[in-house]
Amino acid sequence: MFPTPIENATPARRRAYYITVWIAMIVWLLPIIGIAVTSIRSVQDLNAGNYWGWPTDISAVANYTRVFTSSPMLRFLFNSTVITLLACVGSIALSAMAGFALSRYRFRGATLLLALFIAGNFVPFQMLMIPVRDIALHVIPVYDTIWALVIFHIAFQTGFCTLFMRNFIAELPNELIEAARVEGVSEIKIFLHVILPLVRPAMAALFVLIFTFVWNDYFWSLVLVQSDSARPVTAGIQALKETWTNTWHLISAGSLLAAVPPVLVFFLMQRQFIAGLTFGATKG
Amino acid sequence: MADQMMTGQRPAAPGFWRRNQRRLAPILFLAPAVIMFTVFVVVPVIESLRLSLYDWDGLSAPRFIGLGNYVELFRDDPVFWTALKNNIYWLVAFLVSPALGLLLALFLNQSGFGMRFVKSLYFMPFVISQVVVGLMFSWFFNADFGLLNHILEGFGLPPVALLESENSATFVIIAAGLWPQVAYCMILYLTGLTAINPELLEAARMEGVKGFKLLWHIVLPQLKPATSIALIVSVVGALRSFDLVSVMTDGGPYQSSTVLAYYMYEQTFGAFRIGYGAAIASCLFFLMDICIVIYLIRSLPRARAR
Repeated sequence: MFPTPIENATPARRRAYYITVWIAMIVWLLPIIGIAVTSIRSVQDLNAGNYWGWPTDISAVANYTRVFTSSPMLRFLFNSTVITLLACVGSIALSAMAGFALSRYRFRGATLLLALFIAGNFVPFQMLMIPVRDIALHVIPVYDTIWALVIFHIAFQTGFCTLFMRNFIAELPNELIEAARVEGVSEIKIFLHVILPLVRPAMAALFVLIFTFVWNDYFWSLVLVQSDSARPVTAGIQALKETWTNTWHLISAGSLLAAVPPVLVFFLMQRQFIAGLTFGATKG
Repeated sequence: MADQMMTGQRPAAPGFWRRNQRRLAPILFLAPAVIMFTVFVVVPVIESLRLSLYDWDGLSAPRFIGLGNYVELFRDDPVFWTALKNNIYWLVAFLVSPALGLLLALFLNQSGFGMRFVKSLYFMPFVISQVVVGLMFSWFFNADFGLLNHILEGFGLPPVALLESENSATFVIIAAGLWPQVAYCMILYLTGLTAINPELLEAARMEGVKGFKLLWHIVLPQLKPATSIALIVSVVGALRSFDLVSVMTDGGPYQSSTVLAYYMYEQTFGAFRIGYGAAIASCLFFLMDICIVIYLIRSLPRARAR
């Protein structure tokens, strides 16, 4: 292990190390801590200019209740949830099929397709903005509905996901598939009953990654959606900031609400998340 | 069951599928993904390149002007040069994040009590939306009541308005952007560190190699995959920067903190110059291509040699 394990150090140095780690963490997370404390601060504190001192009383319940009663926050959170879950399911389904095809069949153009999927990941969003918005406005009329975001995110994330699934499926033992073919099992059934159960870990890893990417998207929710009824929470919070000038306790509370789901998903599925991040990365 | 229903009408159908499924299956499996990707990614890229040759306000008929948009960008548009310069600042600053991420990873790469939990807390900035990160840092740097000025006051120093100043706004936004980016690089290096060969380390330690020399000659070469991916995600992240600029300054004051991605958005939806916006996007696209190609040329031969 590098550096040398701290367990081998003297007790004094070990204690010093752990204390430094925790202090450094508090400094590192200061922006989050600051906003969390602000979100439970009372209006009186803010009016008195007590922005960073010890809160005189805790108004967590009052602040968070106000966020939900005086803004469409609930709607935003609901929209984000639906958009994110549908986009995850859609892109994982499409990429599982495409990844299977690219790794288990030989045909002309396979490499070219793969290269296209890889290259697509690097395209700046602005390069897609005008045409994608035009499609949502005129070709399939989904502009300003959650479907605009669902469809676009599925399409865009499919590139990365396909690459990921292809690499994962390529490492499965060939004998399983050959055995099924000898038995006369159809290709579709092989996919459903042999491949799908085996790629569950990869799908879990993709789920956490895509969940984070889509939930946190801001750019496309500016471009494809404009009314509160379809807005996801990222664009919603930014819109609220403009109406709630200087009511920082409410903005803070709203921001934390927007941050909770991806943080929660990350802590629940940490291992899959990191596996996905590094597997997709190093192989890509 | 389906076979029985079909009997009589199309007796050849099941047989045809059975005989040709090895050839047809990949097409069927690929079709949905390829169609979606073509319609929403490949075609739009080409369409944007084409639009960049037109003068178009989105309503009247587009007028073909050849390279006119690009000529205007390069010759007559100071904001374009500001945006490009800022993107270079982003790029340079973000190239530091792999190094900072490595430092943080080396600092945290211990297994004692609670260390797994600590590592995930350090990683948290990456999982949070950039909108929220932007709001946090605006609050932190706020000239009237931000924590930074509160701290400065404690030391008896005068308050500063970094986000409101043309000279510093970009750097404040970059600082906010580095926060999640360093966390990202840290995780890549932490996973890389768990994969290094302990025998090689032991052997080197027996020879008396330690500290920085051990890191440089034994550890870093084994971290090469992590380094190359950390570099590429940092370059892409720097060139893609949009959310933080939009949330923290709207490109201001006086467009001093704008970047290509934000300027493009502003020209398209603010000034209704769609062809001009497409030209800015195309410049960003070319810049990204250059970086990716340099990266591939440098990293592919090494990857093959391994």
